[in-house]
Amino acid sequence: MPIFTCENLSKRYGKVLALDHVDLNVEPGRIVGLLGPNGSGKSTMIKLANALLTPSEGRILIDGHTPGRETKAVVSYLPERTYLADWMSVRQLLDYFQDFYPDFERDRAAQMLAHLNIPETQRIKQMSKGTREKVQLILVMSRRAKLYLLDEPIGGVDPAARDYILNTIIGNYDPSAAVIISTHLIADVERILDEVIFIQNGRIVRHTPVDEIREQMGMSVDALFREEFKCF
Amino acid sequence: MRWEFHNEAPIYAQVMERVERMIVSGVLPPGERLPSVRVFAQEAGINPNTMQKALTELERGGLIYSQRTSGHFVTEDKAVIIKAREELARLQTERFLQSMQELGFTAAQAAALLQQRLERKEEE
Repeated sequence: MPIFTCENLSKRYGKVLALDHVDLNVEPGRIVGLLGPNGSGKSTMIKLANALLTPSEGRILIDGHTPGRETKAVVSYLPERTYLADWMSVRQLLDYFQDFYPDFERDRAAQMLAHLNIPETQRIKQMSKGTREKVQLILVMSRRAKLYLLDEPIGGVDPAARDYILNTIIGNYDPSAAVIISTHLIADVERILDEVIFIQNGRIVRHTPVDEIREQMGMSVDALFREEFKCF
Repeated sequence: MRWEFHNEAPIYAQVMERVERMIVSGVLPPGERLPSVRVFAQEAGINPNTMQKALTELERGGLIYSQRTSGHFVTEDKAVIIKAREELARLQTERFLQSMQELGFTAAQAAALLQQRLERKEEE
């Protein structure tokens, strides 16, 4: 049974149709790339899934429920912009996640942070951008959620930090959960994906296993994306 | 170290070839236990399902076998390893001929160049 479903899902901002009658199923155990140019509807879909927006038409189901209180307990969300106060220390962040999420595995998070030599007394504002992104990802991936929604997890960090983030996603892989990663850094994420979704003008124009693209079209996902979304 | 991949073939197929090379070259000796799928996937920097698929395919070919609880092992059947080694050598030869052909050399001309190279090496 799919863990994430969109049925005829639309979102309208005034006259603009940000999502246009989207149908989608994502099964547990899959790592899925949500790929599209800026303004294609990626973030709108993720915000709808987190109940930060409400659909204009159709619905989203996460583990059988529409987004709300029940789904927040099973969805682990990494927003594009941080929502954490920058005066907080690592220890305070761990406390905060522990208080909010019963599925948060503090030991696992603490172990990954120790491995990076990040002291628990360090405050967010004392960290580099790369370290901040790594810390947030560690917190999000340390929950035993059923659905991980990662909005641009590798945007704006150096290649070494990117590798670390992608490896952390692999290392915390859980066959009973799905991961949806929105990004436009396709060449970097392709190797960790099972499937890709191409989204353009609010519509899903492609939903395919990565192997199929390479086997049937003889090109990487990045090359296909550049071709299908070519700017003239 | 993350493994490097090119764009021409599916990643699982490239993983298969890489593991085959590790086995035929003795980096992974007969009977050796492979890392768990998760650890191996992390080492390669790839999706665990992709690693699983590559290992399943290798198992189908007999180069590795799995035990339900303890993971994957390199075969102890030397004949299978020798066969895989020959197959990789054949593939390598194909690639050599293919790229020589792209440069405008026939197979016979390529063979002559190879022969010259060998004779020069013997003189040294």
